[in-house]
Amino acid sequence: MNESFLFGKLTLDAIPFHEPIIMGAVGGMVLAGLAVVGALTYFKAWKLLWDEWLTSVDHKKIGIMYIILALVMLLRGFADALMMRSQQAIASAGAAGYLPPEHFDQVFTAHGVIMIFFMAMPFVIGLMNIVMPLQIGARDVAFPYLNSLSFWLTAAGAMLVNISLAIGEFAHAGWLAYPPLSELPFSPGVGVDYYIWALQISGIGTLLTGVNFITTILKMRAPGMKLMHMPIFTWTTLCANMLIVAAFPILTVTLAMLGLDRYFGMHFFTHDGGGNPMMYVNLIWAWGHPEVYILVIPCFGIYSEVVATFSGKSLFGYKSMVYATMCITVLSFIVWLHHFFTMGSGAKVNAFFGITTMIISIPTGVKIFNWLFTMYRGRVRLEVPVLWTIGFIITFAIGGMTGVLMAVPPADFVLHNSLFLIAHFHNAIIGGVVFGVMAGFSYWFPKATGFKLDPFLGKVSFWSWFIGFYIAFMPIYALGLMGMTRRLAHVDNPVWHAYLIVAAVGAVIIGVGIAATVLQVVLSIVRRDKLKDTTGDPWNGRTLEWATSSPPAFYNFANVPVVKGIDAFWTMKQEGKAPKLEPSYAKIHMPKNTGTGFIIGILSIGLGFALTWHIWWMAAGAFLAMVGMTIWHSFDEHRDWFVPSETVARTEALHFGVKAPEVVQ
Amino acid sequence: MSPKSKWTSWIKVGARAATLAVAAVLLSGCDAVLLDPKGPIGEAERDIIYLATGLMLLVVVPVIGMTVAFAWKYRASNTKATYAPNWNHSTVIEAVVWSIPVVIILILGTVTWISSHTLDPRRPIASAQKPLEVQVVSLDWKWLFIYPEYGVASVNELALPVGRPVHFSLTSSGVMNAFFVPQLGTQVYTMPGMQSQLNLRADHAGSYLGISANYSGRGFADMNFKALAMEPAALKDWIARAKAATPLDTAAYRTLAAPGTHSVALYGTVEQGLYDRILNQCALGGICTNEAVSMARIKGPVPKGPLCDPKTGKPISIKS
Ligand code: HEM
Ligand SMILES: [Cu+2]
Repeated sequence: MNESFLFGKLTLDAIPFHEPIIMGAVGGMVLAGLAVVGALTYFKAWKLLWDEWLTSVDHKKIGIMYIILALVMLLRGFADALMMRSQQAIASAGAAGYLPPEHFDQVFTAHGVIMIFFMAMPFVIGLMNIVMPLQIGARDVAFPYLNSLSFWLTAAGAMLVNISLAIGEFAHAGWLAYPPLSELPFSPGVGVDYYIWALQISGIGTLLTGVNFITTILKMRAPGMKLMHMPIFTWTTLCANMLIVAAFPILTVTLAMLGLDRYFGMHFFTHDGGGNPMMYVNLIWAWGHPEVYILVIPCFGIYSEVVATFSGKSLFGYKSMVYATMCITVLSFIVWLHHFFTMGSGAKVNAFFGITTMIISIPTGVKIFNWLFTMYRGRVRLEVPVLWTIGFIITFAIGGMTGVLMAVPPADFVLHNSLFLIAHFHNAIIGGVVFGVMAGFSYWFPKATGFKLDPFLGKVSFWSWFIGFYIAFMPIYALGLMGMTRRLAHVDNPVWHAYLIVAAVGAVIIGVGIAATVLQVVLSIVRRDKLKDTTGDPWNGRTLEWATSSPPAFYNFANVPVVKGIDAFWTMKQEGKAPKLEPSYAKIHMPKNTGTGFIIGILSIGLGFALTWHIWWMAAGAFLAMVGMTIWHSFDEHRDWFVPSETVARTEALHFGVKAPEVVQ
Repeated sequence: MSPKSKWTSWIKVGARAATLAVAAVLLSGCDAVLLDPKGPIGEAERDIIYLATGLMLLVVVPVIGMTVAFAWKYRASNTKATYAPNWNHSTVIEAVVWSIPVVIILILGTVTWISSHTLDPRRPIASAQKPLEVQVVSLDWKWLFIYPEYGVASVNELALPVGRPVHFSLTSSGVMNAFFVPQLGTQVYTMPGMQSQLNLRADHAGSYLGISANYSGRGFADMNFKALAMEPAALKDWIARAKAATPLDTAAYRTLAAPGTHSVALYGTVEQGLYDRILNQCALGGICTNEAVSMARIKGPVPKGPLCDPKTGKPISIKS
């Protein structure tokens, strides 16, 4: 292909003007963007946006931005899912459907990438951001600026994937981009390059989060909080971030090698020149399996918190819960081969990895029983977070069962890569991760915003997801047993047709659930005064996040709490020692906002885009500017400030509802 | 109704619904090809699916029942149920809770260890007859089958003798695919420059759908073939028909190798060594990888230790 100096491989042809569906989606995105810009200008909110959000290093605000990103990407990923479901429903009795393979292949790739990297990951990391520092009685994370940088790098990756819709194409090599298909001879377009750079940039953000959170948990716990006093969600956050730190470098290196193959004609994963694609498959799953546990382990933490709080009981078997989590963390690194039993390993290798996989189900089973016995002899308030939790236990039990089934190599020999597999992992990831983040979302929403979510629409959302999931994915299990494989743009089989139509109906029902969530958020914002949480403890909580006001003051705790055991806040309430208005407060040391993370994030979009299109001058410029910003930031010595004690006193007085704050000074 | 009998009746309703759902799947048995296998490998695999599922249902069904039952019985509005806010530990329950999954996994692990060996795709199927050798090449987006024993080849139509084991040697011309006839069992990846192996047997005459189970690009959805399991007479006819067809030489292979889909085709003869050259990636010219390796061995840049033959996976010795 001809490359110009100024534009690299980029020409006007890269914009798919002749594709009505794509241009419609792009038009919609541009309009939405313009609407946001218009609204910001109209309400003169640019300065507020910059001061309070884009430059914020407050973990709670960063968490909220992560979750907004996740919800927006959920819409995009779900739109892709609807396209696939409708295409297969139409094109299963011999018709061609409306998505030719070139498009269908990009749609399933984009769906997988967006859902995992830009929906599930930001959602989970967003919740960790909001909750974990509060649970350990800290005032922020260990490296607040790094936290902001992590977020903006993640957002930059998401931007790149969406830019690919309008300019050029996205990868059509599947969400894990197996070579040789993802190598230059078979994927000559820019799609795989977008994929590589989107994941590299966001992957670095994730890795930095891992470092940040581990340090925070190990170093910044409130006085008295031993490791074995930490709330379970904090434990699971710790384990997930250890997995991030151990696994994400593998992803980075693997994608870098794929990039070297594509950009410099190296041969890591091509067969000619001595490389081997099997190496890629091993490496990507050595990251990929821990990745699914990075997503689900924090959700296990969410369920534990929800079950204990709403049962009005302390968690059953705290210690075995902690040990089970650690077992899962370690074991998740020695099971990756179960993703390719059919690649020709020997019987002993297959059996080894099959058995290690099954062993994971033991600690997982223990967790499930512990949640059940937490409800046992409790007073279970069937609020929305509990509904998600009960839905999870039922659904995950089934998804776990089909997973262990496929861990038996000879069973996998016929189920691998079929729609049975697709049904299994959606079963595990929707039942485990989506239900989990939704439980966390409704549970902690009042903490983050100061008002509860409308419970009725929350129930509508839950029941739609729950019922929709079964209608959408049980037929997919059946189709797998009928020999239908995954990633088929069209099929010609009248028997399958009926099942695919039912599956599409199920997806629409899930769509109702998603719409209900969107409506719920909007409506709750409108009615925020009615749904207000004035106590800071709307659910009668047990852990320290509920000891703060809702939303917490930016410094979280006016006085750092002293902890003596698990369920610290519950104990305080029992002993009548919950935080109250003090006669005076000390000044508080806090980090200052900085725009560096945001600017580096924007520059990284430029870098990724330039590398994708071979616009070398722009890549060099963006890269140098990023390095320059980093160096410049490191010389900035005015990064912190002290919140004066009067300000603290005034804020606290407001929280405790004292009318004339001056009085208490 | 007392709360207790209420929730036990709920469990009963749930169990009945589950049975019905399972039955619905089983009733469409002839559609669920994986549950209706036509050879010993597929049968063994189906039995393992049943066994493993059954074993796990022993835990999964009670868990689901307990979830619904506990949530219902201990719902906040039921103030008659016991409330023990500080009860959070019981050594007995924890011991039971750890040991139930351990026992299930011990059984399932044993099944896994044994069946991974007996159903190893490379393990020959015990039989009085010598297996038929079939060489399989996945191309973009079609399947080439070469029968050294008969000296013929076919595209997108796989002829199999009923009752005689078949040994497949599989490779790919470009990207990864997976060779899979769902009703015969076990699928195996095909990869360029490498050879996989698979042993299958069809016990009933019939025409079975064959697919690629691994996404391979634009034409993937149409990359299907028919596996025809035939009685000796029919097979003889098929071979005779194939023998009458055009030869598969380098030129014909070049046409086949061009990306695109293809209808069924037969070839009367196969150029000597074609499969080996495809395996060594020189069927369309260029240096064969096996030769490149031996040349490098002679010149020295490749270490002298044992090398593996891509075909057999066994160490090879090279005369220098
Ligand atoms: C909301 C309902 C969802 C529906 C209806 C849905 C539907 C689908 C469909 C139709 C496919 C393609 C199946 C095929 O290859 O034939 C697919 C693939 C996939 N989905 Fe979903 N999905 C949903 C949610 C999710 C979520 C929440 C995640 C992850 C967090 C996810 C991750 C994936 C992945 C990784 C793939 C594989 C993509 C590939 O083949 O490369 N999906 N999904
Ligand atoms: Cu895995």
